[in-house]
Amino acid sequence: MDMLQFPANIAAAAGVNFAAIMPEVILSVIAMALLLVNVFINSEQKAYLGYLSLIGIVVTFFSVVSGWGAPQSGFNNSVLQDNFSLFFKGTFLVSAFLTILITDQYLKREECNWGEIYPLILFATVGMMLMASGTDLMTIFLGLEVLSVSLYVLAGFNRANLKSNEAGLKYFLLGAFSTGFLLYGMALIYGSTGTTRVAAIASYISQNGMVLSNPMLVAGMLLMAVGFSFKIAAAPFHMWTPDVYEGAPTPMTAFMSVGPKAAGFAAFLRVFIVALPAMKADWSELLWVLAVLTMTVGNITALKQTNIKRMLAYSSIAHAGYVLVGFTAGNAVGTAGVLFYMLSYAFMNIGAFAIIVLVGRKGEENNNVSDYAGFGFKHPVLGMCMSIFLFSLAGIPPAAGFIGKFYLFSGAIQAGYVWLAIIGVLNSAASVYYYLRVMVFMYMKDPTEEFDWLAVSPSLALCLLLSVAGVLIPGIVPGTLLDLAQKAILM
Amino acid sequence: MGYDMTGFPFLTILIFLPLATGLCLLPVWNCRPDLWRPVALAGAIAELGVACLCWPAAAAPAKGAPAGFFLFEDYPWIAEFGIRYTLGMDGLSLLLVILTAFVTLIAMLASWRPVIDRVPLHYLLILAMESGIMGVFLSLDLFLFYLFWELMLIPMFFLIGIWGHGRRIYSAIKFFLFTLAGSLLMLLAIITLYLIHGSQTGVYTFSLYGLIGTVVPHSTALWLYGAFLLAFAIKFPLFPLHTWLPDAHTDAPTAGSVILAGLLLKTGAYGLVRFGYPLFPAAAATLSPLLMVMAVTGILYASWIAFAQSDMKRLVAYSSVGHMGFVALGIAAWTPVALSGAILQMVNHGITTSAMFAMIGMLDERTGTREIDAYGNVWGKAPRLSFFFLFFAMASAGLPGLNNFVGEFLILTGSFKVSHLAVALAGIGVILPLVYTVRLIQELLFQEERRPLIIPDLTVTECGMVVVMACLDLYIGLHPGPLLDMLHSPVAILTGGAG
Repeated sequence: MDMLQFPANIAAAAGVNFAAIMPEVILSVIAMALLLVNVFINSEQKAYLGYLSLIGIVVTFFSVVSGWGAPQSGFNNSVLQDNFSLFFKGTFLVSAFLTILITDQYLKREECNWGEIYPLILFATVGMMLMASGTDLMTIFLGLEVLSVSLYVLAGFNRANLKSNEAGLKYFLLGAFSTGFLLYGMALIYGSTGTTRVAAIASYISQNGMVLSNPMLVAGMLLMAVGFSFKIAAAPFHMWTPDVYEGAPTPMTAFMSVGPKAAGFAAFLRVFIVALPAMKADWSELLWVLAVLTMTVGNITALKQTNIKRMLAYSSIAHAGYVLVGFTAGNAVGTAGVLFYMLSYAFMNIGAFAIIVLVGRKGEENNNVSDYAGFGFKHPVLGMCMSIFLFSLAGIPPAAGFIGKFYLFSGAIQAGYVWLAIIGVLNSAASVYYYLRVMVFMYMKDPTEEFDWLAVSPSLALCLLLSVAGVLIPGIVPGTLLDLAQKAILM
Repeated sequence: MGYDMTGFPFLTILIFLPLATGLCLLPVWNCRPDLWRPVALAGAIAELGVACLCWPAAAAPAKGAPAGFFLFEDYPWIAEFGIRYTLGMDGLSLLLVILTAFVTLIAMLASWRPVIDRVPLHYLLILAMESGIMGVFLSLDLFLFYLFWELMLIPMFFLIGIWGHGRRIYSAIKFFLFTLAGSLLMLLAIITLYLIHGSQTGVYTFSLYGLIGTVVPHSTALWLYGAFLLAFAIKFPLFPLHTWLPDAHTDAPTAGSVILAGLLLKTGAYGLVRFGYPLFPAAAATLSPLLMVMAVTGILYASWIAFAQSDMKRLVAYSSVGHMGFVALGIAAWTPVALSGAILQMVNHGITTSAMFAMIGMLDERTGTREIDAYGNVWGKAPRLSFFFLFFAMASAGLPGLNNFVGEFLILTGSFKVSHLAVALAGIGVILPLVYTVRLIQELLFQEERRPLIIPDLTVTECGMVVVMACLDLYIGLHPGPLLDMLHSPVAILTGGAG
């Protein structure tokens, strides 16, 4: 897989090529413009920033769509906008879009209606997009930093709330720590191969087989795996997740559990599959262990949670584990499964968080599973939406979550990892318990107190509608999306 | 591709008519309570009508369908994976489809009076359940089958959890997790088979008749069949995987128990007959002694445990485990006679046990208790109710002239060639139900009154319902010919090698 020599159909292999980062450019410009607008409007009008950022995301999305099938490389091959990165960019934009739809209602409830949140979400999205299309370790790192710095602020955004402060600080400390691992790994890879271009690393290794026995390269690979594992919250590097997810403002939790995780997977896949295919035997062993640990720790710990945000935090760890199963397989089906799953996960998880935003009260109250007692009958439509999201998370057909898991586990079986697939489905069965528990409260217990909360805002209703469509349509007629995912894999 | 002979999509209608009717209840959810029950009932009756209309179609085979199928629909669905929307009906499916439509109707009537809260949701779930079960009995694509197989779980989970009694939430979750764990492993086996077939032939398909005949190494086939067997044995339920059933049955509302006993248990047996044996004939033959042991142990163990029950519903639940053990025995023997008997026994058990649960539901509704000790001298208070209770209890115990006897007789006759010992032990299992049934009847109907319970006799509707069921029991018991004729060709095709 010699990717150093780009095929002729990739435009402008050398030099600056803005077409390769067009979505990033558009979104950055809009984000900066929003920062400026924010200064001139009063606090009642902050919602307009949200609408403007939604428009910005739609425009960027069109730029992403128009780039499909026409790979663009630029900046001396340090950026490559191929189908792989475009698919991920679509996922990031979807998650940013859905998140912004539920942000406004939350900000008003928590009385922290500051406009900066919208540009920050957009900047984080720019960082994610750069990670997905980075073909140089430095570009990937740059994207990661843009993403992380925005997220540190977003996690601590509700500054009147102590838990949010704690989440911001914790995320910052552990994020910085993990970045250190990643950067050190990159440095060691650079030291042993003499380049930071992912394709050049692969060709160096294939031409100099000796380097494979160089401990520096192996250590570099391991350290990078650790760094990425922090970002995707894979066990045993997941310790920060529950506290950060519980403390962060709910819409930001939704965002963090989907977008940055997908971005982490994008970079993880690109680096390991393109740069280190020669070490696949080693890293798939490693990922095997990571996958099993991540699924099992995530699911078992989630069983005992009473706070629903915390429960979904552990559930998101478990889901990273399922995705790692597809990654471990490393074949076409498995990697396409990763792409498909991350997009489906964006819809189902943010949809579930939208309901959490609705049920929650000021000061992040009412976030316990028991607060959902009687919810399903009091609000049949919302209850049905929540059930759809939970069944999808549990992997019950006909939801997208089922097709996604089906895809991931098929990849694992095809690659010969039958035991991994068996552990995966057993985990999946165990996970059903805690998703069902929410439904037990929603439908089978009587409410302890009267429900009254903010009416459903139109934007939140739109988010629910899109999420339900995003869960059910790919679940029932997955053809188109499967096709796109298959065209977007790296091999 | 192929359509059925008239081009009319009977099978799709069979699957989606109940669900569509259920969804019709949504607009009138908050108003027009007078419409809820009639709409749901109309849907169930129409479904039964459509199911019966399929009977004459059996005369001519469908074009392009596998042998034995007289209604067939086939469209591409998820082309990327070779998944098709393939439905087919042969004699085996037909009987179970009619049973499904009938038992659903009974379940609906049985919950007519007891269910007073959240009525539209109750009927929506029953109808969704019916759609799922129809899908299971009609799918000829493994992916599609799996989809319906899982879909059945959701409505039953809510039925038990919302309207159940006692430890309803515990039972609902236990039911869901038990069945899901088994079926997920089956999913892996399906994927593996699909990949093996694809790598051998280059054709990636989930179609049952595409996958039959795939050459799988025997050791692999044992694992794959094992996964199928596990999923089906949990649903069956076979000893020692039956522990979810008494809880689920006892805590479910009457409609839930009726559907659970009458239909859900049949899907396990059906899966084994339709998918397990044909896909892995050699592995199934190797493991059939295991199935036989599970069956016979189940028959004896369940009868023994049933004797010790004080809750009527639990008693009938254990008797179900025993009856399904007979079905498993017939399947394990895999001779034409035994298999016909097993399928017939599925239908019999569906009718008789549904009737038993419905009658217990009536008693429970009148008195608020299901404890056998609380009753006594019911015959003196409610003679009609007692008569039909006695009738169905005797049918369930296998009284000659009634339906269960025919099924058990065929199963024992057909299995005799295969294993004398199993048949001898199962023969004891024919007698044991009499013991606990007679005790139940004696204590319930004829013993002196122990608590002053007021038990009104059957109403006209209830009478109508049980009379129909009793007639069916009697008809199958005296004249099972038409049903056996219907089963003749599918059973001959299925047992082709083993006959």
